[in-house]
Amino acid sequence: MTDRNDFISHDKLMNEAMRYKRGSVSRRHFLGVTGLGLASTVLASSLGRPALADGIGDRVVLASWPNYHDPANFDSFKAATGAAVDLNVFGSNEEMLAKLQAGGTGWDVFVPTNYTISTYVQLGLIEPLDMSRIPNYDAAAFDPRFAGPGTVDGKIYAVSKDWGTTGMATNTANNNGKAVGSWKEFWDMTQAEFSGRTMVHDYQLTTIGSALKYFGYSFNSIDPEELADAEKLLIAVKPHLFAITSDYQPAMRSGDAWLAMCWTGDGKQLNRDIPEIQYTLGKEGGEIWSDFYAVPIGAPHRDAAYALINYLLDPKINMAETLFHGQPVADSRVNAMLTPERLADPILYPPEELLKNLEFGAAQTLTNPDRAELMARFKSA
Amino acid sequence: MQPRYRTALFLLPATAWFVTMLVLPLIVVFVFSFGDRGPAGGYAPAFSFDNFLNLGARWAAFKNTMVLAPAGTIACLLIAYPLAYYLAIRASAKWRTMLLILVIVPFWTSILIRSYAWIFILGGKGIPSLIAALGLGHIQLINTPFAVLIGIVYGYLPLMVFPIYVSLERLDKRLLEASSDLGAPPFNTFLSVTLPLSMPGVATGCMLVFILLMGEFLIPAMLGGGKVFFVGNALVDLFVQSRNWAFGSAVAVALVLVMLVTVTVYMRLTRRWAGGRDDISLM
Repeated sequence: MTDRNDFISHDKLMNEAMRYKRGSVSRRHFLGVTGLGLASTVLASSLGRPALADGIGDRVVLASWPNYHDPANFDSFKAATGAAVDLNVFGSNEEMLAKLQAGGTGWDVFVPTNYTISTYVQLGLIEPLDMSRIPNYDAAAFDPRFAGPGTVDGKIYAVSKDWGTTGMATNTANNNGKAVGSWKEFWDMTQAEFSGRTMVHDYQLTTIGSALKYFGYSFNSIDPEELADAEKLLIAVKPHLFAITSDYQPAMRSGDAWLAMCWTGDGKQLNRDIPEIQYTLGKEGGEIWSDFYAVPIGAPHRDAAYALINYLLDPKINMAETLFHGQPVADSRVNAMLTPERLADPILYPPEELLKNLEFGAAQTLTNPDRAELMARFKSA
Repeated sequence: MQPRYRTALFLLPATAWFVTMLVLPLIVVFVFSFGDRGPAGGYAPAFSFDNFLNLGARWAAFKNTMVLAPAGTIACLLIAYPLAYYLAIRASAKWRTMLLILVIVPFWTSILIRSYAWIFILGGKGIPSLIAALGLGHIQLINTPFAVLIGIVYGYLPLMVFPIYVSLERLDKRLLEASSDLGAPPFNTFLSVTLPLSMPGVATGCMLVFILLMGEFLIPAMLGGGKVFFVGNALVDLFVQSRNWAFGSAVAVALVLVMLVTVTVYMRLTRRWAGGRDDISLM
């Protein structure tokens, strides 16, 4: 892990700035204690620096999810290779698919979820990976449940980044210390005591899937009658929602919202900072998923793309990543380095009786036009 | 070079821009609107009117837009007029420049960042906690139509202030003295001299704000929490989330038609203020 103790605190910085302004310290002292002098020197020297000897170029464009990478790892990647990571953040797989379908994204690496990969392959949007350039990937070390969807027709198109679940985060301070434990409760409470306090994802797959679980249907259902039930529930719940958004951490942290549909990593980050916020799975089931690294066809910095994937899959780097984003990883080499407490964390590794009810999203759950239109009707209702 | 060719040469960049950036995309949207959704989303060629027949599924978005865009325009006008009046007629020359700069300053920061600031101001720990501390009860501001209205007025106010300011500033002050000399009390002078002469500014400001509001999507998305839905948000959803580009194009064509009709009616209504000129609201 990077040692961050040398960072200057915000208060100290402002204090030094005021001292400098009042003239009680010299400019040299100010730049020295705040680190700004060093920062501007480094900045100046990095501008216009030519590509380093191994020639992967000076940048790599990564399309990923919010709060999903440790920035320190990007810094060390840049220090090691000279390529700066240009991160684009997205809210849903649909949005990524739409951008790739429209073309000209300029992405070198992106982070698709398990159920999207066969569609990307079918549409000719991603390339089979040249595994000789990702020596840090050891297929035997990865849990096939999570790494498997990266292989289509015997070819590896995507390598495993991490995995997780879709559950809910409850601010238990608003519910007599109890966390919500089922989708039935989730939707019922939203229409009663939690009215105006619940958030659902701005993403059809999870929002419709979790509404389907209220009735005990499959998370992946595309049956018109079951979808009609889900739509009725969603329309009835809509006036009681605080927001429809995939960026739900801010409102949970501020206390404006008390309950949110939530992914593992966000649940872990919220619980780490505010212990009253607890992450639970619906006992009826719900979603289990795994995310991958893939390279779009026509990636402008292809060499840098492979270098970045290989770097992030280095078990040591991957361990720093998992500690930062709070999603479990499927790499046994990383898990061997984690503490027993971490491996027993019920947010990351839910008990088997809850895990066994979860379903992986299916390819058609993402591409089904009825689900897409249902979500759009729900939002515009 | 003949003057004719010279004129053509000077107009070439604007024409090229207009054709490639406006006319061609509009043609694409028009053609797409009769098409179909591709199997994995996107566009598939077809010819049907289904997308137009399905427009009713976005009625709520059209309704929200048609209510909140005029409401936002009127709220902007009510706040901007007194401000523009003060700047143009009352403020001393020294203060005027300063105050005008203050009206422009927010434009130096992206509307996205300023809307984020409003999320915190209107959120539970912002104004509502202040109101609760005063013992006036608990209210929710963020993610309501009211929050969207505040964001709209905040974001578009300068676009209303400046045209009105310009028309008031150009106003011949001797007319006000004449009105007063002839015995009109100040309020009558305002109603029969100042207000009519500032109408071109009012018409321009309203037009600018209204047209932009009809296509707005950022402010409702950020301050409405995905619950206050404009046509602009429906369009973003159709192109980016549900990837039904054909239906999205039909909604876009419908929006353009609604705006054409509204703007035509508006220009007809405002024409009498300029002695029969049609272009008053564009000045």
